[in-house]
Amino acid sequence: MTMKASIRQVDGVAIVDCSGRITLGEGSVILRDTVRDLLSKGSKKIILNLGDVNYIDSSGIGELVSAFTTAKNQGGELKLLNLTKKVHDLLQITKLYTVFDVKDDEAAAVKAFK
Amino acid sequence: MEQQVSYTLDSTLDTVDHAEEKATRIATELGFGEDEVMQISMAVREGAVNAVLHGNAYAPDKKVILAFERTSQDLVITIRDQGTGIDLSTIPNPLAPENLLKTSGRGIFLMRSFMDAVEIRPSQTGTEVKMIKHVRGPSAAGKEGSQ
Repeated sequence: MTMKASIRQVDGVAIVDCSGRITLGEGSVILRDTVRDLLSKGSKKIILNLGDVNYIDSSGIGELVSAFTTAKNQGGELKLLNLTKKVHDLLQITKLYTVFDVKDDEAAAVKAFK
Repeated sequence: MEQQVSYTLDSTLDTVDHAEEKATRIATELGFGEDEVMQISMAVREGAVNAVLHGNAYAPDKKVILAFERTSQDLVITIRDQGTGIDLSTIPNPLAPENLLKTSGRGIFLMRSFMDAVEIRPSQTGTEVKMIKHVRGPSAAGKEGSQ
């Protein structure tokens, strides 16, 4: 299943609802373009909702890292929401779980932005 | 699956998906559990990515050889490319603090994390990656019972 991303705005925070696979090729490109487009339009508070992401490979992990650092370098902030067990485990073994700000409650994630 | 099966694949992104699909099917047929199937298919995907991108560099005249072999104890997967051979000394540790925020370099680490053994043999005519997953499920029990 190809990755899909749709954007909602909640209290000044852009929530990107992702679904499908974030893998080398189209999935990674869609995520990259979506985050960069948000940042270029001034949306500096971003939540990636990964609740419907069922697969992610090393390229997808790299794309999450890129999104995180790109947002930070532009004065923004990016959080991850609703990790599936597979994605959670991947971030654990790659030691990225503590790098990202991971939330499991959308309202709390929105409120957590400064 | 027969005892051994191999595929010759083009150096394209489609090959990465096809390799993953074949691994998923074969691992499922051999009776691996859901988590192990995911681990095997992801390890194969990462190996195929390395072969297509870093080994063959998408060259249309270079192929990726993907082979699956069922032994009495193991599923043995071999992925060979026709590149110039990977320099293992240049691969950084992705868990080192200075590398955590790098956007690449986790493929081999994931392969080693998900498989029971991974051997990488680079040469001037390509790199061969052999990955082993021990069979612990009903398939192995059935084989033992038939002996």
